[in-house]
Amino acid sequence: MKPTWRMAREAVIYFITAVAIVTVWWICVRVTGVKEYLLPNPFHVFSNMWNERASLLHETGVTAWETILGFAASVVVAIPLAVIMAEWRLAYSLGYPFVVALQTLPKVAVAPLLVVALGFGILPKIIVVVLVAFFPIVINALTGFRTVDADMHNLGRILGFGRLKFFCRIALPQALPSIFAGLKVAMTLALIGAVVAEFVGADEGLGHLLLSAAAQLDSILSFSALIGLTFLGLVLYAAVALLEWIAVPWRRIPESELAAGR
Amino acid sequence: MTPTKGEVASFALEDVSVRFGGREALRNVSFRIDAGQFVSILGPSGCGKSTVLSLVAGLRMPSSGQVLRAGAPVTGPLTTAGMVFQKPVLLEWRTTLGNVLLSAEAHGMDRRAAERRARDLLASVGLAGFEESYPRELSGGMQQRAAICRALVHAPDMLLMDEPFAALDAITRDQLAIDLGRIFLERRASILFVTHSIPEAVFLSDRVIVMTGRPGTVSKIIEIDLPRPRHLRVRQTPDFARYEQQILDLFLAEGLLKDNVAV
Repeated sequence: MKPTWRMAREAVIYFITAVAIVTVWWICVRVTGVKEYLLPNPFHVFSNMWNERASLLHETGVTAWETILGFAASVVVAIPLAVIMAEWRLAYSLGYPFVVALQTLPKVAVAPLLVVALGFGILPKIIVVVLVAFFPIVINALTGFRTVDADMHNLGRILGFGRLKFFCRIALPQALPSIFAGLKVAMTLALIGAVVAEFVGADEGLGHLLLSAAAQLDSILSFSALIGLTFLGLVLYAAVALLEWIAVPWRRIPESELAAGR
Repeated sequence: MTPTKGEVASFALEDVSVRFGGREALRNVSFRIDAGQFVSILGPSGCGKSTVLSLVAGLRMPSSGQVLRAGAPVTGPLTTAGMVFQKPVLLEWRTTLGNVLLSAEAHGMDRRAAERRARDLLASVGLAGFEESYPRELSGGMQQRAAICRALVHAPDMLLMDEPFAALDAITRDQLAIDLGRIFLERRASILFVTHSIPEAVFLSDRVIVMTGRPGTVSKIIEIDLPRPRHLRVRQTPDFARYEQQILDLFLAEGLLKDNVAV
């Protein structure tokens, strides 16, 4: 099957799934007669989203911007760190415990401290996002760089590749699928990081909107913000997946279809 | 088996020993490879035959003794050689053609000439039409053919093969042995071929170095005097059977095989 045809088929499946979820949601509301402030009718939520589209889009944009900047910063920090740790044993021994320690640190606890230190601007949000997102990037990239097998090293040596050439020609492309696995996890975490940062101290963004809607028991607005968040998450994830599709063309055909073709 | 004096061998191992940590992997190994010769190293697993190959490739240095290339000691990886491993070791992000061209790039060959050569090589091993396929889309045998093309594209004077057919099924294995025999006749490069298959070694080689372990030592060096080109049916000839039996007898004498069928 051609990749484009496969993607079209997947898009149809996603759409059907979304319709099914909304239908089940609607049936639940109708059958149980649950109170609107506990679980609102989906169509009330949709019409509210349409009426509030300007402000919702603005809040989504704010959160998206924080997430993207934070994600980009994570990549800029994490990939070189992984390269250094993969290439120098000492850097690995020194760096790895710190990376793990940083990951075990509860980010929700750190966020208020950052707000105290850096105020309500975008910088503390970016820092929270980096703290959340950089770990899966480092770990996956490191795994990718380090899983070059012995014969591959021997091939590099017999071809006369030095260390830099071996890294650029063999280790880096070899690690790309693994790096993208990390990026996909990191992107979803980055969004959570941005929302957590907004919870702690912000005057705009979907996280801030969620918080104020909950304070007013406005569940229709809460659900509007949640759906906006979900869509933002999907779009950001899809962007990384698209980047992977472009950067890793040799993995486009799934293994299951290869086995049948051989 | 010291090399004959006077003539300089293309390659020579002189009294080579290798130790890994405290363990001795090879002891006093000596043999020579003459230019344009097909030499096999034959032995059971764990006898150090792959270690011998990595010594010739310059990927490993001997603990004692000397590895000589055209009379001079080998001091580093033999970048002029071509190497084929047990696994194809293809780069999965490059197409079949791109993989073959990797070694052309590494040797600074002219791109267009290299591509023509690579396409010819691929066609000669039955991979025409698969130039733009990724390795994942090829069968194991096809991947190994591509790996052989990669090792040949820069016209090396020495081809080093480390059990290249070990992971393939018997029929593919025979086909690749036939193809390799033809490639050898066409190119007249020296080939050092590591295998644990007695018929494969006899079928392909001019000289078989029979090794036993451990530590690995050269048990006997057998010259195979069968006419080339060799067809599969050469395996049914009395000469072929005699060479096979000669090698079998060595393993039986060493106790590596026990022919005890009495019930």
